[in-house]
Amino acid sequence: MIGKKDLEHIGWLARIELSEEDKEKYTPKLNSVLDYFSELDKAETEGVEPTYHILPMNNIFRDDVPTGSLSQEEALSNSPKIHDGFIKAPRMM
Amino acid sequence: MYENPDGVMIGLEVHVQLNKLKTKVFCGCSTDYHNDPPNSHVCPVCLGLPGSLPVINKKAVEAAIKIGLALNCKVEEHTQFYRKNYYYPDLPKGFQITQYDFPISSGGYITIEGEDGELKVGITRAHMEEDPGRLVHEGTIDKSKYTLIDYNRSGMALIEIVSDPDMRSPKEARRYLDKLRNIVEYLDIFDGDLEGALRVDANISIMGGQRAEIKNISSHKGAERALLFEIVRQKNVLRRGGVVVQETRHFDEAREITISMRSKEEAHDYRYFPEPDLVPLRISGWAPAIKATLPELPDARRMRFVEQYGITDDHAKALTSELKLAIFYEDVAKKADPKMAAVWVCDVLKGELNYRDLTVDAFKKEHMHTIIELLAGKKITEDGAVDIIRTLLDKGGSPDEIVKEKGLLKVEGDIVATAAEEAIKENPQAVTDYMAGKEKALNSLVGAVMKKTKGRADARAAREMLLGKLGQ
Amino acid sequence: MATINELRERIHADSSEEIVAEYLERIEKSKLNAFITVSKESALSRAREIDSQDFEGPLAGIPIAIKDNISTKGIQTTCASKILTGYVPPYDAHVIEKLNAAGAIIIGKTNMDEFAMGSSTETSYYGPTLNPWDTDRVPGGSSGGSAAAVAGGEAPLSLGSDTGGSVRCPASFCGIVGLKPTYGVISRYGLISYANSLEQIGQFGTCVRDVAALFDVIAGHDPRDSTSVNKEADYSSALKNDVKGLKIGIPHEYFGEGTDKDVEESVRDAINTLEELGATSIDVKMPNTKYALPAYYIIAMSEASSNLARFDGMRYGLRTEDSDWHTTFSQVRAAGFGDEVKRRILLGTYALSAGYHDKYYIKALKIRTLIKQDFEKAFTDVDVLIAPTMPYPAFKIGEKIDDPISLFLSDVDTVPVNLAGVPSISVPCGFSDGLPIGMQVIGGHFDEAAILRAAFAFEENTDFHTKQPEGY
Repeated sequence: MIGKKDLEHIGWLARIELSEEDKEKYTPKLNSVLDYFSELDKAETEGVEPTYHILPMNNIFRDDVPTGSLSQEEALSNSPKIHDGFIKAPRMM
Repeated sequence: MYENPDGVMIGLEVHVQLNKLKTKVFCGCSTDYHNDPPNSHVCPVCLGLPGSLPVINKKAVEAAIKIGLALNCKVEEHTQFYRKNYYYPDLPKGFQITQYDFPISSGGYITIEGEDGELKVGITRAHMEEDPGRLVHEGTIDKSKYTLIDYNRSGMALIEIVSDPDMRSPKEARRYLDKLRNIVEYLDIFDGDLEGALRVDANISIMGGQRAEIKNISSHKGAERALLFEIVRQKNVLRRGGVVVQETRHFDEAREITISMRSKEEAHDYRYFPEPDLVPLRISGWAPAIKATLPELPDARRMRFVEQYGITDDHAKALTSELKLAIFYEDVAKKADPKMAAVWVCDVLKGELNYRDLTVDAFKKEHMHTIIELLAGKKITEDGAVDIIRTLLDKGGSPDEIVKEKGLLKVEGDIVATAAEEAIKENPQAVTDYMAGKEKALNSLVGAVMKKTKGRADARAAREMLLGKLGQ
Repeated sequence: MATINELRERIHADSSEEIVAEYLERIEKSKLNAFITVSKESALSRAREIDSQDFEGPLAGIPIAIKDNISTKGIQTTCASKILTGYVPPYDAHVIEKLNAAGAIIIGKTNMDEFAMGSSTETSYYGPTLNPWDTDRVPGGSSGGSAAAVAGGEAPLSLGSDTGGSVRCPASFCGIVGLKPTYGVISRYGLISYANSLEQIGQFGTCVRDVAALFDVIAGHDPRDSTSVNKEADYSSALKNDVKGLKIGIPHEYFGEGTDKDVEESVRDAINTLEELGATSIDVKMPNTKYALPAYYIIAMSEASSNLARFDGMRYGLRTEDSDWHTTFSQVRAAGFGDEVKRRILLGTYALSAGYHDKYYIKALKIRTLIKQDFEKAFTDVDVLIAPTMPYPAFKIGEKIDDPISLFLSDVDTVPVNLAGVPSISVPCGFSDGLPIGMQVIGGHFDEAAILRAAFAFEENTDFHTKQPEGY
């Protein structure tokens, strides 16, 4: 089951800031869902391969031929902060 | 036997950008973005816009197999792309499509010249992945007030080549990088001169301790410097009674130091899982066909040069260390004496090029051919040949023009004889000294002859002429 | 509620512009909150264009509503989330390109559960959509807006997406027809991903014929989607009023405890109707059904945690005040995502994380294999499976939203279909206290023809689909 520290760690991995109130609110709901997930422990899956792709398709490719790009304007059209054609983001440190 | 006193273990991760492909790895954006404005070679896929989907570039897979084969790896029959989940501004989707289990090739090696002879460096794997975008900071990364992002580079095909930690010194690391780059150049799938074409992350530990990962290395020299710094840094930590921690460090090229990037994001849990939007690849049967198309690789070419042209192994090694140089040499050796060509291309021309920071593209093979012809026909002196090479590189023109302009045609025998006689007459003291046993006195006589012939005489011939006239 | 054929006649008699204007007026007056964005100007303008050009496409002049997780160039696309406020895609989804080429007129983007996570359209940032049959009740989810729009006469056709039942559930609750195709049949290029190995775009209509007509337009191979299959099909030609010899399987586990009596009765009656028309039925066992729900949620949440990692406010949508990059990123997401989305991302992250990956993610994928095998086995004995779409009719708004497990359990009959990747169509088959009941007809991979035939025959011989909510 998830405790407060676990939730903080997961919140960091998921990059979702969680207030103290959030942590209080979410922990019981998350744990009840995890409890529900543990139903699967009853399933016998020895020797069963996981299914990653439901269709048996392989080798889908495209040719090395340019198909065009967005214009710089289109590419930046939804960015709230731009600088000289670059997308402006907060400092790293 | 190399002692490796500090117990240095170095592993290198080299990212080769397949910039000779026409398009990126998962979308049809063109790859020739280098001189274009930022964010002008992007599409919904490489911009990571919601709803976009990747589709694999077939040529990128072929190139990946080529590299795997050239590195003596086993190419897998079944390979799959994975998501590596982490957050960084240059990563538009919040994950990188890369390979994890079932990489396209693994278990290879390359041989380099180690500290104590030939060293086989293991290649753990060579796999495919996509390039993130490019970040620009104001000043250094730790002081910049903001981060600027250009996604032109995002989605370029990368091959990540991971070595075993078999290198024991920064010099061996440098040689590994040189050799690796050489091999990849031979495959003609990347242009190493373009920005971002080859990037290195280095892992180093000493005395069996934890390893530091160093990022942001962009040159082979930089790698060597970064590793030298790290060894000193790590030794200092130990000397002070501390413990080297496992961490990521950023190489500052200007100051030649590594800076700790330690922050919360150290706890990397990439949560790899197979990319649901890309179906697996079954590529058995591709490898043999591609192997047949592989060009002659550096080691094979080196052996052939020795055999075919009768040159020394040292010359062969130097000439094959760069593809362009090897091609240049062979072109010259087709028409001129191969052994002379080896000396003049490898020992002389290469030195002059290095001094001027030029590549062999700056010199015409016809010119080298002419120069060697003149030398072989004893029409010019060695000094003259060097002069011609230097003038061609600095001013241009052609060998014949320069020979004419500077009057470099070797002076005829009797002119030398005359000059020798005059020199003997005019320098009696030197003659006496020499006859008395002072060997070095001959040099001033030779110098006098050279002066009289304005340097055009062959120094050796002048010496012989003088000795003859002195009755020696 | 008009059909395509009826509308075509009206367009010939009058004009598309008039039809579109009528629908727009109804939307404006509506209290259902089925739409997030209404494209009034562009729809009318396109209608005028179609009218003046006498355009001949299969859906020429017919209005259609699009779920707001499908990218529409130039039209805001929000996934009903605050984090995508103002996001205007610079490209159209594949299905939108197809609709435009067929002459369909996009009248707006419909409401949904945020990022398609839900079964009731109650988690939308824009408030819940109401069920036209009873405005105190949910329309189902996550494509509740698209279904309510069709049921409420605000659009004759609409598109939704179905990850775990999100087309079939609202079709059932709203008394209309909804189809989820075999995985890979309709391109996902432009569909904003929630769980990409499970989801497909699906269609809503007032009758099977219309759903098939729409299917013909939007299905088909798309080279921009690596999971898109290359299967040419003419779905409309599968519509035959003939089920003689059709073998129906009744999956034991989809009836009984947890299923409303009215629902079970209606579905069994429907099966009888088909038997009277010449079909036969047998009971089939699908023993792993009980594991399908937890497995589905683990897989969906895991994929979602990765698919939603790109929402950072840098390139589109919400942006809060700046701190350092990692902190800003976390704050934007905290402010921009609703509670349900956040919880699913957290759970998905957990299920993929080191130490839990095998217990949850891998385990769920193994269950997926068992579910797939259950279906494969069943289809060796029968042509189609018929079961309730939902275990009960529409519940009241607010009734289940605080109890996540209860809400999950409403998907019990729909999620196995997504895990197996098989096609399923929900058609109205009865009423419970005035609320519609839907039945699912499920087929084997790529056997849309069988399910369309069964659904069509049922419809031709009953009149449930002709019933409309009062006042609509």
